[in-house]
Amino acid sequence: MTGSRSFLPWPLLRQFTAGDVLGRGAAVRSRRTDDIVPRTTGADRVAHSVCPYCAVGCAQKVFVKDEKVVQIEGNPESPVNRGRLCPKGSASKNLVTSDLRQTKVRYRAPYATEWQDLELHTAMEMVADRVLKSRKDSWQDIDEHGRKVRRTMGIASLGGATLDNEENYLIKKLFTAMGAIQIENQARI
Amino acid sequence: MTSANSLFGPLDPAPDAGYVDAPKRKGFFTDTSVCIGCKACEVACKEWNDVPENLYEMLGTSYDNSHSLNANQWRHVAFIEQPAGRSSVGLPPTISDAPGRDSVDLGMPTLGAAPTEVPEDEKPDFRWLMSSDVCKHCTHAACLDVCPTGSLFRSEFGTVVVQDDICNGCGYCVAACPYGVIDRRRGPEGDPKVGIAQKCTLCYDRLKDDQRPACAQACPTESILYGDVEELRERASARVATLHEQGVMDARLYGNDPDDGVGGTGAMFLLLDEPEVYGLPPDPVVTTKDLPQMFRRAGMAGTAMLAGAALAFLRRTP
Amino acid sequence: MAEAHPVGFQWVMEAKKRGARIIHVDPRFTRTSALAHQHVPIRVGSDIAFLGGIINHVLQNELDFREYVVNYTNAANIVSDKFEDVDGLDGLFSGFDPETRTYDPTSWQFAQEDQDGELGQAQADDAGDTAEQRDTAAGMQNEAHGMQVGSHPPRDETLQHPMCVFQVLKRHYARYTPEVVEQICGVSQEDFLEVCRAWTENSGRERTTALVYSVGWTQHSVGVQYIRAGAILQLLLGNMGRPGGGIMALRGHASIQGSTDIPTLFNLLPGYLPMPNAASHQTLSDWIDGVRNPGSKGFWANAGAYGINLLKAYWGDAATAENDYCFDYLPKITGDHGTYRTVLDMIDGKVQGYFLVGQNPAVGSAHGRAQRLGMANLDWLVVRDLFEIESATFWKDSPEVQTGEIVPEECRTEVFLFPAASHVEKEGTFTQTQRMLQWREKAVEPPGDARSELWFFYHLGRMMRESLAGSSDERDRPLLDLAWDYPLHGEAASSGWGEPSAEAVLKEINGYEVATGRLLSGFGEMKDDGSTLGGCWIYSGVYADGVNQAARRKSRHEQSEVAPEWGWAWPMNRRLLYNRASADPQGRPWSERKAYVWWDEDAQEWTGHDVPDFEKKKPPSYRAPEGSDGVAAIEGIDPFIMQGDGKGALYAPQGLIDGPMPTHYEPVESPFRNLLHGQQGNPTRKEYRRSDNPLNPDPREPGAAEVFPFVFTTSRLTEHHTAGAMSRYVEHLAELQPEMFVEVSPALAAERGLEHMGWCHVITARSAVEGKVLVTERLRPLRVEGRTVHQVWMPYHWGQGGLVSGDSTNDLFGISLDPNVLIQESKVGTCDVRPGRRPTGPALREYVEGYARRAGVLDHEEGPVVTASADAQQRSAAAQDGADQHSPQQREDQ
Repeated sequence: MTGSRSFLPWPLLRQFTAGDVLGRGAAVRSRRTDDIVPRTTGADRVAHSVCPYCAVGCAQKVFVKDEKVVQIEGNPESPVNRGRLCPKGSASKNLVTSDLRQTKVRYRAPYATEWQDLELHTAMEMVADRVLKSRKDSWQDIDEHGRKVRRTMGIASLGGATLDNEENYLIKKLFTAMGAIQIENQARI
Repeated sequence: MTSANSLFGPLDPAPDAGYVDAPKRKGFFTDTSVCIGCKACEVACKEWNDVPENLYEMLGTSYDNSHSLNANQWRHVAFIEQPAGRSSVGLPPTISDAPGRDSVDLGMPTLGAAPTEVPEDEKPDFRWLMSSDVCKHCTHAACLDVCPTGSLFRSEFGTVVVQDDICNGCGYCVAACPYGVIDRRRGPEGDPKVGIAQKCTLCYDRLKDDQRPACAQACPTESILYGDVEELRERASARVATLHEQGVMDARLYGNDPDDGVGGTGAMFLLLDEPEVYGLPPDPVVTTKDLPQMFRRAGMAGTAMLAGAALAFLRRTP
Repeated sequence: MAEAHPVGFQWVMEAKKRGARIIHVDPRFTRTSALAHQHVPIRVGSDIAFLGGIINHVLQNELDFREYVVNYTNAANIVSDKFEDVDGLDGLFSGFDPETRTYDPTSWQFAQEDQDGELGQAQADDAGDTAEQRDTAAGMQNEAHGMQVGSHPPRDETLQHPMCVFQVLKRHYARYTPEVVEQICGVSQEDFLEVCRAWTENSGRERTTALVYSVGWTQHSVGVQYIRAGAILQLLLGNMGRPGGGIMALRGHASIQGSTDIPTLFNLLPGYLPMPNAASHQTLSDWIDGVRNPGSKGFWANAGAYGINLLKAYWGDAATAENDYCFDYLPKITGDHGTYRTVLDMIDGKVQGYFLVGQNPAVGSAHGRAQRLGMANLDWLVVRDLFEIESATFWKDSPEVQTGEIVPEECRTEVFLFPAASHVEKEGTFTQTQRMLQWREKAVEPPGDARSELWFFYHLGRMMRESLAGSSDERDRPLLDLAWDYPLHGEAASSGWGEPSAEAVLKEINGYEVATGRLLSGFGEMKDDGSTLGGCWIYSGVYADGVNQAARRKSRHEQSEVAPEWGWAWPMNRRLLYNRASADPQGRPWSERKAYVWWDEDAQEWTGHDVPDFEKKKPPSYRAPEGSDGVAAIEGIDPFIMQGDGKGALYAPQGLIDGPMPTHYEPVESPFRNLLHGQQGNPTRKEYRRSDNPLNPDPREPGAAEVFPFVFTTSRLTEHHTAGAMSRYVEHLAELQPEMFVEVSPALAAERGLEHMGWCHVITARSAVEGKVLVTERLRPLRVEGRTVHQVWMPYHWGQGGLVSGDSTNDLFGISLDPNVLIQESKVGTCDVRPGRRPTGPALREYVEGYARRAGVLDHEEGPVVTASADAQQRSAAAQDGADQHSPQQREDQ
């Protein structure tokens, strides 16, 4: 820090030796001020992304330093947004780096009044077991008119409008193969 | 030697502050006639400059819940609901009576006003004005003139910037600013800059790498333009002329006149009503205008001030 | 648009700078109105009357773009003389069946097509069971299918035949005069005519007008017909398929377009292929013919290839010609399995497990109480989100816990909340609102246990397959035979828990040759013999030449304004659909100013600024040989290549449940009687009449107007995002709009004693929600049918979670759906507004039930849906020729 410097570089002396007689400009700059660079310039890399909020599809540049997102801003090359972002798009860094984000699996047992933590792979196994059980318990080979349906009406899903196409593709593929049909998303809403 | 106009009148501030071969003066032109009140500027500013939250409270002043420019709010979008043709003189609330207090009458007649029946056939020609306010980066910046530590400084771009590592939180600048912009940060607890004077830096760091300030980069409608002040002044004049041609006779510029009380500002505005309507002082004057006279009449006072500055600086030394 | 899509609005501002006139039609004065030249306040739910008025203005004054209309629309087609319009039938079209509240559209068909012999099998099916079509939201299929009409209906290009579409349309809208518009919409004749003038003067050869809408149109019980009305107007004025024209659905989620194209929707498979229906699609050929519609024009003729490529993508080597490419593995739908039906089934204990992936229905869906009560009656619930949203915490802090309806110690639902990866922590494509796919690069690893959906569903599938390995149960074959082998990467790959390659999935979506792995250049290369596979035919080409075309980022400064080398748009990178219509019938640009795609005589091909949405080498002079169908039947002057007759549909004889032309119906909840007809609301709307879904009473009921006298509507704020999960938990957004509020006009404030910034609450038969009062002249009372109506507006972003909390506006809505697509009416309802806070605890339910009791709807005693006169109902039913071949089905959920 600058605090422990000797008296010599004190602005008052500099201001009479430089052209800044009133000591309001060049003479009073701290070393940190001289050395400052935008953190985008110092980033390790830039990932090209797209805003996660509405469907306009604004291109974003995600600046990463030490494996942390240090800035997200509009990409001026994009024909969609020309580098501009709305308040939500501008808050993207706040969104992805928020302290409020969940980072652990939380589990609420039947009739429980509190959450408990679960190990990720354990939680995956529990979900897989429940899906298979519900599927088995609610399986229909034929409907009430005797028509072949080979499905389960016991498992439903809602979501997808903020997910990637690749993700939705796998979701629909898996659910269809397991016979679940009540698969819906925001487009219905 | 102090030039006669270093504290008043037209001038190019960066060379005056000792910069040789300074780049052209940089600033903002905020054209409120195309502002959509989205507040992207407020958010982009906070994201870039790590400005913490301001307040979580609905204020009832149309869609403005940021209240005013302060240490945690370097861009502030004002919203004014107004029937056209009706003079709407509202004074902005000051920071001292900020949130938490009882609802303040902002003098904006359409908001929370005594309910009146709108005559069935009468179509009110309603206006909703929005304007993104910011530090003016004055040609003659009183905050800078009174800063005893040299924390506030004039950058090579002609802008006025706080050096966080030097500011000791004395607060002289807060009282000096004719626009009520600069302010010491009061919270949140644990923020490293609590107690330090804070305001828009015109993204000094970004400018050094030839990047646009974060607010201007984000602004969806180019309401906030960034560039060379000289050129922005021309653009502003041209824009007013265009609007006048289109019949928008209310359009006027604010801060573009180098002969005004602060020597013109680095951040100028195109407004659609009187400055007061937007919470801007109509005729701001640099509070240190008379300082040279004071120097001549009472040199001792000046010396004392410098001594005070030295003490203030020393107090920061561990 | 400035409110919800500010960055998109930059282009409106750009146009304004260049002299465009901006008109904003909206119930309230918004940030969009502030920048528009003209704001036209309108009564919520009256848009068809407004648009119908403009259509009438165009037709009465012959302001249509005649050369475009004659050549490119079905204006000249002759409609069957059995068709009867609403004016003679008290608001019903011909063919109405009061039992099922659906139409037999046989009488709506074009002349000579209503004889059995002239209809294709699929067309006959389609025309038949509209009750089933309503249940399966068949309208969504028509989004890409187009109408299944014959390719050569009789035409009168002089447009004089009394039964030609042009004349039918003209009669249909004749009643929509400026006076009627003023009466129904509360829009002054002066304002209305100003809109008519601006729209028509800015359309034609030299100029085009764009129409932009959002969920303010879709979320209505007549929502599809709102958009149809817009389409009719844009077709009449020649604004479709041309630069600067069109109808823009501004969609509200980053990839909501993608999630419709590659759907997570019950009635669709990727590329708008229908989920097979147990009733009509028991075999592969039934299913394909149902899409292909033999006898019609257009590119759906190749549906066999699209369907078989999907089945091959799903079941790989197991899918062979011998086993019909595993068609049998597809589960079959049998009716309405939409999200609202499913939630009611949850309440009834019929559903065990529920996944919520980046969705917060406790706040975002209509009738929040039903949503939460449904979740509280499951065996298990999996929530995948960035934050601890309301849909994950309903068991401990929902409004129903306050009222005592959910008791944590008695609620059995097991809840798993998995942290999700954000958009910068995974790679993949979003499809934005103009059908453009953009690839995102991964910037950083997700924190802690956060994972992508790709990871979650891949590994869930892997584990289920491992559990079932060796099963001899036939029902497990679809899972065990599933092509589920994607390369994994990342640090965890060695332990088997790696991240699946999104590029590999995108390649499968694009399609490739099975033998060589060569990626397809487009859907034209898809074969119906099993030699190629591809997961979504309309996305084929996104990996053309082995290059991820969605990842292209050529600077806008280095390419044309159309920017064809930024991302990739389906189909085939066409940026403007049906752009053949940007040239005249001879293939020349309509004007120099509006040149976009045209026929190059020298090169003998279509060329221009965009990829022509037409066969490149088919000249404008091409006429189809007698008896042709499919692609060969598309003539050189048929720009609408997905429609059965190649023409833009002014009149829709097929594909719509509620009529061939939009007609004004009142919203389900309205303080006004339908001025035009005895039929009050959409007679075919989907309703679930049950005691937990009461609807505010019909205005005909005595006293109805006193209990719920006001109209309310909702929308987004710029500062928040939908149900709030991505904004209420984010400091820089939450502080900008920190509290729930209710906007009222000064007049309503005076009438109800509401104080600016004081509390008030809004009540419906479902719930009461409270908020701060914002008194503003941005809302003003309208004069409708001779009396004043107050409209109330609320944002809907809050719930009990997040940095800022508040009541959820969507709790106020009941569930009534558009019959075509099963989207709920959540942009309009009736309500009461009272000063002060709402009651809390069990008192809240008593309070709300008191209102329902006074309104006479507590025990589902709502009035009838069909309110046209008995005589009109009989005549409508009789208008169809012959006996109804489909017996009415009894359903509780009419």
